[in-house]
Amino acid sequence: MAMKFEKKTEGLFMLDVTGYVCPHPQIYTKKALEKMKTGDIVELVFDNPSSSESIAAMCEAQGNEIVEKNMANGKYVWKIKKTADVAALAR
Amino acid sequence: MNEATMREAKNQRWALGIVGFLILVSILSFAVHEYYIYISAYLWFGFIYGMCLQYGRFCFASAFRDLFAVGVPRMVVGIMIATILFSFVSAFVTATGMSTFHAAPTSIAATIAGLVFGVGMVFAGGCASGSLYKTGEGNGVSLLVVLSISITQATFVDIGGWFNRLVPQSWHESALAKKLPAAINAGDGWVDQYLAGYIWNQPIVKFSEMLGLKDASFAGAFLGDFLVGVVLPAAVLLVVVYLFWVRKNHLNKLAKAGKSATFAEELLGWWGMIASSKRTALAGLFLGIACGLQMLVIEGLRIKFGVRNAGTLLSRLGHDFGLSVSGTVFDPGYWYVTTQEAQWVGWVFNKLGWDNMDNIYFGLNNGIPNPAINPADWMSLALIGGAAVMALLSNEFKFKKPTKELAVWAIVGGALMGIGSRLGLGCNVGAFFARVALGDASGWLFGIGMIGGAYIGVKFFNWWTERQMAKEMAAFDL
Repeated sequence: MAMKFEKKTEGLFMLDVTGYVCPHPQIYTKKALEKMKTGDIVELVFDNPSSSESIAAMCEAQGNEIVEKNMANGKYVWKIKKTADVAALAR
Repeated sequence: MNEATMREAKNQRWALGIVGFLILVSILSFAVHEYYIYISAYLWFGFIYGMCLQYGRFCFASAFRDLFAVGVPRMVVGIMIATILFSFVSAFVTATGMSTFHAAPTSIAATIAGLVFGVGMVFAGGCASGSLYKTGEGNGVSLLVVLSISITQATFVDIGGWFNRLVPQSWHESALAKKLPAAINAGDGWVDQYLAGYIWNQPIVKFSEMLGLKDASFAGAFLGDFLVGVVLPAAVLLVVVYLFWVRKNHLNKLAKAGKSATFAEELLGWWGMIASSKRTALAGLFLGIACGLQMLVIEGLRIKFGVRNAGTLLSRLGHDFGLSVSGTVFDPGYWYVTTQEAQWVGWVFNKLGWDNMDNIYFGLNNGIPNPAINPADWMSLALIGGAAVMALLSNEFKFKKPTKELAVWAIVGGALMGIGSRLGLGCNVGAFFARVALGDASGWLFGIGMIGGAYIGVKFFNWWTERQMAKEMAAFDL
């Protein structure tokens, strides 16, 4: 399945990288966050366990907030709120 | 019982089944002959490696790749912790004369090999060991990577014909001058002439010997190979990573909290980087200790059975097929990944009629024993099993079929890793991790190449993913 990045409603996006291995989920997440506005939320769907560690570390380092974490049957559904300013991300 | 609970119970039964199978293999093989305990030793260390790798999401590919791609240093930290601990335990083992390690010739070839390998591991989505443990998570892409590495190596080491034209005359002459046994045709095949005509002419450089110390001594092992060869470069590397990737975010956080950047705060920031991923750090800790202990256990078994190589044990057990001309098989005595992958495909090729025992890699050095009795193959199989057990117990196991896009990256990346590992005489584990930990300068040269390769791979994927995102975003405004 190809990657999907959709706008669900104003300020809410969905990034589905199910089936992708490293480094795709973390790179797509970074790019999605860079394109979103501060305060926007992305619902991230992935199933590559090692990406979970990298994405969590990336959000922590950049100051973005993971507001919800769910995992069932090897599938992760995380909600990440962009709280970092654009300048901090555009490195 | 709801569906989730039932699935958990099923996962636990599978995990128990895998452990039970490996225990059964150990017990039954021991019942046949005590020599098989040698294979079991490899098997159980492999199992431990698999558990550690899966628990810590420990993939060497992600070290500089994730640093360059998303600014995450967790894996650089994890690898440095593992390397320091492996090196510390190994220093004891080396100083007491129990080391099974042989340093590799040092040359620019190690860096070129690392570069090829580094690009490959980013393309493939995992290094050689990372692909093994991810196979244990049920990942079809990683299985494809393992197959690609294995087939590429087994082919690459025996390829001659037109490729002989790419061999410099000086390599050809030097290879022939080595006067290898008649069964080995060192003048034919690109890899043979690369090995015997170039690599073997390069010096072996260990940090202990650079300082004028004997490596099998406490001063050499601890001061030379451990302190100067590992701790100091690792400390410098971690400071560089902090300064260039972590410090900016740390200073931003300090500024938001109204604190000034004192030296103590800088140290706290550096420590925060080290402790940012406990899983990775913990996995690094256990991996490092287990890697050192494996050398001790294998050397102990060699002394017990009065052998220097598993080939002698296989021969005593009547398994003569696939032994090298000197009666040996690949038996590193420590963690290794790629050679046993080449061996099993080499064995299959041989059974299909390919005469591949006239080259140096299989015929002179490593052999192609039946995979069912190859100690190193059992280490890799058990690694997959250990990772599967951890993934099942944490409900992270999931069969994943590769998509066409990922299958292409897996095959290309695996092939590059296969070629890189044969040029570098090992992969991220054998050519980098083990060599660095044991004070072999060629390990750092391979590592520098891997960093360069990771940078190139990330540049490519940045371009590729940007293209994919642009297609998706054409449907809405942002």
